[in-house]
Amino acid sequence: MHIPDGYLGPGTCGLFYLIMLPIWTAASRIVKKTLNARQVPLLGIGAAFSFVIMMFNVPIPGGTTGHAVGGVLVAILLGPWAACIAITVALVIQALLFGDGGITAIGANCFNMAFVFPFAGYYIYRAVSYKAPIKSKRRVIASGIAGYLALNIAAAVTGFMFGIQPLLYKTANGQALYCPYGLNVALPVMLGEHLLIFGWVEAIVTALAIKYLQKHSPELLIEGRRS
Amino acid sequence: MKIISKLWIFIGVLIALSPLGLLLPEYSKAGSAWGEWGADEMRELIGYIPKGLEKLSSLWSAPIPDYAFKGWGDKSLVSLSLAYISSAIIGILVCAGVVFILGKFISKK
Repeated sequence: MHIPDGYLGPGTCGLFYLIMLPIWTAASRIVKKTLNARQVPLLGIGAAFSFVIMMFNVPIPGGTTGHAVGGVLVAILLGPWAACIAITVALVIQALLFGDGGITAIGANCFNMAFVFPFAGYYIYRAVSYKAPIKSKRRVIASGIAGYLALNIAAAVTGFMFGIQPLLYKTANGQALYCPYGLNVALPVMLGEHLLIFGWVEAIVTALAIKYLQKHSPELLIEGRRS
Repeated sequence: MKIISKLWIFIGVLIALSPLGLLLPEYSKAGSAWGEWGADEMRELIGYIPKGLEKLSSLWSAPIPDYAFKGWGDKSLVSLSLAYISSAIIGILVCAGVVFILGKFISKK
């Protein structure tokens, strides 16, 4: 889901940087009010977890690869705004140091994986786990559903970004300038592979982590603790 | 043991296992992630390299491209796995470092 340099045109890249600026500003402002200094180590672990889980490329044999993002877990533990910051840090480092995701696409990639993804996951988790006791099974299931759906929503938005490029940017003789695949290909492929495989990886990782924390550190799961 | 230490140990285990993310795709003959092809792969797919993509794709030269050290493209899977683990360690140290510095400014005392 890391869009490289050259797949999105300058307008799309610029637009998502512009969209992310106020989101990053809001995230720092809100986190400054809600995150305790002693929660910072957990945020560091969140960024580290997201970074390393994205290195676990899961293959579709003979086809492509994909991976979980880990951000719904961070959003459940520290809230979506803090998750936005942790995942942004991981994505920027992946782009700058490892060339994973483009420099020009940092805005777009952060919109998908550091904004849409943790926010969708957080609110789905909150809805499904509504009033469920901290140690209940429903919280584990809610976190899995949130991971699965949120990754697919993010994948669909990514597919949409890819897919509109041939409509926006073409040479005079009809060749694509950036991503050559239109919505009819990009959207079903991105969504399909995440619905079939990668979404389940996110669901299992998130649910297992919540189950572990229920047992060993349930206080991390208490809502409102973050505010 | 404090949960924070336990979680760091868990991150350490993930770092040690990270080469799976390199080896599993290799052994199951899976290619790049969809939409993350290099310019040459793109030519194979659609017969030409989109002009804008060709220009932008070489814009940034990352110090550790694709979690492997520069010029290690032909190394054995063992070397590549070691590079992958090193990349995970470097990436995680930088991630944690940046968050701790940011955390000084964006957390309440």
